[in-house]
Amino acid sequence: MAANLTINGTPHAADVPDETLLVDWLRDDLGLTGTHIGCDTSQCGACNVLVDGTAVKACTLLVATLDGAAITTIEGLGTADALHPMQRAFRTHHALQCGFCTPGMVIAGVAIANTHGADVTVDTIRHELEGNLCRCTGYQNIVTAIAAGAQEMAK
Amino acid sequence: MTPFSLQRPTSIAAATAAFTGDAAWLAGGHTLIPAMKSRLRSVETLVDLSAIPGLDTIHRDGDRLVIGAMATHAAVAASPVVQAAIPGLAALAALIGDPQVRNRGTIGGSIANNDPAADYPAALLALDAIVETTHGTHAADAFFQGMFTTALDEGELVTSVSFRVPGVSSYAKHRHPASRYALAGVYVARFDDGVRVAVTGATTAVTRWPAAQAAITAGSTLPATLDSDDLATDIHASAEFRAHLAGVMLRQAVAALG
Repeated sequence: MAANLTINGTPHAADVPDETLLVDWLRDDLGLTGTHIGCDTSQCGACNVLVDGTAVKACTLLVATLDGAAITTIEGLGTADALHPMQRAFRTHHALQCGFCTPGMVIAGVAIANTHGADVTVDTIRHELEGNLCRCTGYQNIVTAIAAGAQEMAK
Repeated sequence: MTPFSLQRPTSIAAATAAFTGDAAWLAGGHTLIPAMKSRLRSVETLVDLSAIPGLDTIHRDGDRLVIGAMATHAAVAASPVVQAAIPGLAALAALIGDPQVRNRGTIGGSIANNDPAADYPAALLALDAIVETTHGTHAADAFFQGMFTTALDEGELVTSVSFRVPGVSSYAKHRHPASRYALAGVYVARFDDGVRVAVTGATTAVTRWPAAQAAITAGSTLPATLDSDDLATDIHASAEFRAHLAGVMLRQAVAALG
């Protein structure tokens, strides 16, 4: 089934088998490999993207059901030379080790900031991060970074 | 996934017409798509409901709160209408899965699936709900018919759920820390004409809890554990632990009634 989507501001016409998952289309057809496949069972959040501004797991969405949607992936947030404020906050606060979960964490952080504002509490951040798993170390610096990133995004 | 044909109707009539042969409805997809990916399930035709307008509305209708089948858990949790009418239901929706799952999962999909550890079925039983479908209506007490089994016929589509607004109600849930499904969840609702209690997760299917209802009504000592022949047991929790947890969740839910 054909579907017209906007990916990071650029229109794309997807003509894919009906069973095509968003994460596979992004990675294999568009080469946007920043969206990761972790658990592949909608637990870990490594595949988080924004669909019309809402954080969702791209491993559990069919492209054919997303006609008209605007998708933002990690590649759409910032560039290496001009990082998004949430990406800067992750770097500043050392909120990553191996980096595998990081794109999904940053997308979740942006969604948290957009939903709850600059002064989002640590408790809220922890509740809202339940759909993202980090297997390196822990969440303390990630929570700190999202709180700082939310402040920076409001400036 | 095994290949299938996806249909995207824009009306309920077109959706019903598209549902032919080996078909399934696709709501939020956060149970069905993982099941299809792991080949627990395969279909020839998937009928996506997301392009049908008006299936996700939420409104108050007299002593009832009506939630469209395609309303997401996130929408129910954040709805001022739900928060004002039945705050316990909004709180329940905020504890389903995780944020990304709540952004896609729907009430209609949840109840049609009737997972024995899902949250919404307990709310429907305790809040004396009526399930509206393309074939008619079902009282919640008759809708849930055992593990993953409902009164829905093949091709019958849930369109909305109508909850009876209680005086007060509360849901307490002991979540599995990974899946966030209920190891035991208890919904207590107090109406002018009585108390309704339902329990999920602890038994092999959602069920009313008559002993708890009677104790709350009489103001007597609450049951310490859930006495049932249908307690669930698996690698996550024994039957005895679940029976105990149900008692703890009951006390928490009753305490939260105020």
